[in-house]
Amino acid sequence: MDKTLAQISQYSNHSHAPKKKLTFFGVVITLLKYTIIILLSVSFMLPLYWMAMSALKTPEQVFTIPPVWFPVPARWVNYIEAWKVDEFTLYLFNTVFRYCIPVVIGTVVSNTLVAYSFGRLKWPGRDVLFAICLMTMMIPGQVTMVPMFIIFKHLGWVNSFKPLVVPSFFAGAYNIFLLRQFFRTIPEELSDSARIDGANEFQILAYVILPLIKPALAVVALFSFMGAWNDYMGPLIYINQSKIYPISLGLANLGAALNQVGIKGLAYPYLMAVSTIVTMPIILIFFFAQRTFIEGIALTGMKG
Amino acid sequence: MTIIQRLGVRRLSIKERRQLVIGLLFASPWILGFLMWTVYPLASSLYYSFTRYDLLRPPVFIGLQNYKEILFTDPHFKVVLPNTLYYVFFSVTLSTLAAFLVACLLNTKITGRPFFRAIFFFPAIVPITVVAMMWGYLLNPQFGAINAMLRAMQLPIIPFLSSPDLAKPSLVMINTWACGYGMVLFLASLQDVPRELYEAAIVDGANEFHKFWFITIPMVSPVILFNLVTGFIWGFQDFSLAWLMTGGGPNEATEFYALHLFRNAFRYLRMGKASAMAWLLFIMIIVFTYLLFKSSARWVYYGSDDRK
Repeated sequence: MDKTLAQISQYSNHSHAPKKKLTFFGVVITLLKYTIIILLSVSFMLPLYWMAMSALKTPEQVFTIPPVWFPVPARWVNYIEAWKVDEFTLYLFNTVFRYCIPVVIGTVVSNTLVAYSFGRLKWPGRDVLFAICLMTMMIPGQVTMVPMFIIFKHLGWVNSFKPLVVPSFFAGAYNIFLLRQFFRTIPEELSDSARIDGANEFQILAYVILPLIKPALAVVALFSFMGAWNDYMGPLIYINQSKIYPISLGLANLGAALNQVGIKGLAYPYLMAVSTIVTMPIILIFFFAQRTFIEGIALTGMKG
Repeated sequence: MTIIQRLGVRRLSIKERRQLVIGLLFASPWILGFLMWTVYPLASSLYYSFTRYDLLRPPVFIGLQNYKEILFTDPHFKVVLPNTLYYVFFSVTLSTLAAFLVACLLNTKITGRPFFRAIFFFPAIVPITVVAMMWGYLLNPQFGAINAMLRAMQLPIIPFLSSPDLAKPSLVMINTWACGYGMVLFLASLQDVPRELYEAAIVDGANEFHKFWFITIPMVSPVILFNLVTGFIWGFQDFSLAWLMTGGGPNEATEFYALHLFRNAFRYLRMGKASAMAWLLFIMIIVFTYLLFKSSARWVYYGSDDRK
């Protein structure tokens, strides 16, 4: 990615070199461009800014007109009070340890194995199965939703995280496709020489290939973590005991309770405080792994 | 082994057999998952769609009655379908357009491109529950940021989510705000357009519009198609935003397909009818995808290299 960026900037510098002279028209265009970009950025960030600032408001600031964009004094204690409105610590624990981490493990392990088979092993029938695998991406979740609910109900798995976690151990078309793209970029000679040295396929995968595709595994781990963290519909279907709520249901319930009482006192600041906390891990992940994100997305779209 | 016999071509050599066993072994998580979470559910959902089934009593076969009811007598469905088509059409086209325009803007010579890219991308990964709570407050008719400002200026308020006319456009607006995935895809593809094409065009006397229309658009057209296809597939299934923000209201204005299906399945426990709705949805998605791909032959340019 960086390489292409560097190439591009080289190209463009080169091509613009002859007409580098500052013209009045050029300056106006540049100014206009930056104005548009900055205005757009501000409006894209506005909802998030509103959320973060509203989390700090006092009751009076909630009802002030025109609205308060920067609450002075800021009521930081809202965060602590809001967190105690419901059992959010428990919900956080549920989300991370009963949902996100198992899903990440299941997704990474199963998809690595399957993508290795489809991407780097040659066996009769492979291409037919891979084509079928890709086609499953078109099946809307709604078609399988009802029978799966019935299966899990018969297994007695409703009101546990199993219906949301167990399927992730069986790989999925999207991640198989993504990892397979990475696998195929690794030269076949590496595997061949390991085979000559007497390594079996599992050893080749573990010792030769895996160290080379760590970035790809990071993409899959990241996306599956966020998928579980953000999931609302899955828990809504399978979980209706508050002691095993994930944080998404906890937040939605707080919002629903608020809708019933209407705007009163600190209701909205509390809701925004919890919303901000739920967004925090995503901001942190994004901040530290922006490259992984951007490259992962670009990769899925490119060859699709 | 049986898969191969059914595909039935020729006997396999010992080496091929070994390869097959190893290949299947590595692929077994997906194969098992495919059988358990795709093939079986598809088959049983098709069966349920011809039955009346409330989870308490065993399913009763009633033939095409579910389908007839949905298509001809269900008063809700006549609202749900246009709602969904409206929502999907405008969400997909507007967010693709927004993603493309922002990407074009970021693809020009600007300083701080990674910074701006991060800003435009981020809304796409904000948890859906947070999106709903945050926008719900922002658009609140009394004390939301927008309406509080309008009130301060003595202007009439905009009942974004509480008016049947504005509820759908409001949700479309929120979807457009979260167009970051598409933007990143477009930007990556714009940066892959070879500069020589533009230079050659300049030599031939092309202006900015020509360059945009005859080079940029064709070169990124595969990504446009990708965005439209995935957007349509996801759009028809979109559930959480409307469920959380409007619950299908006001006056069924945002009762979309996925909401109606969910309600039938898990609120009214009408599993048979929900399955029939799911199959109709599936058929609709197949038809839409087929039409998009069919039309793509006219407007998508795949270069000269690898495919047609």
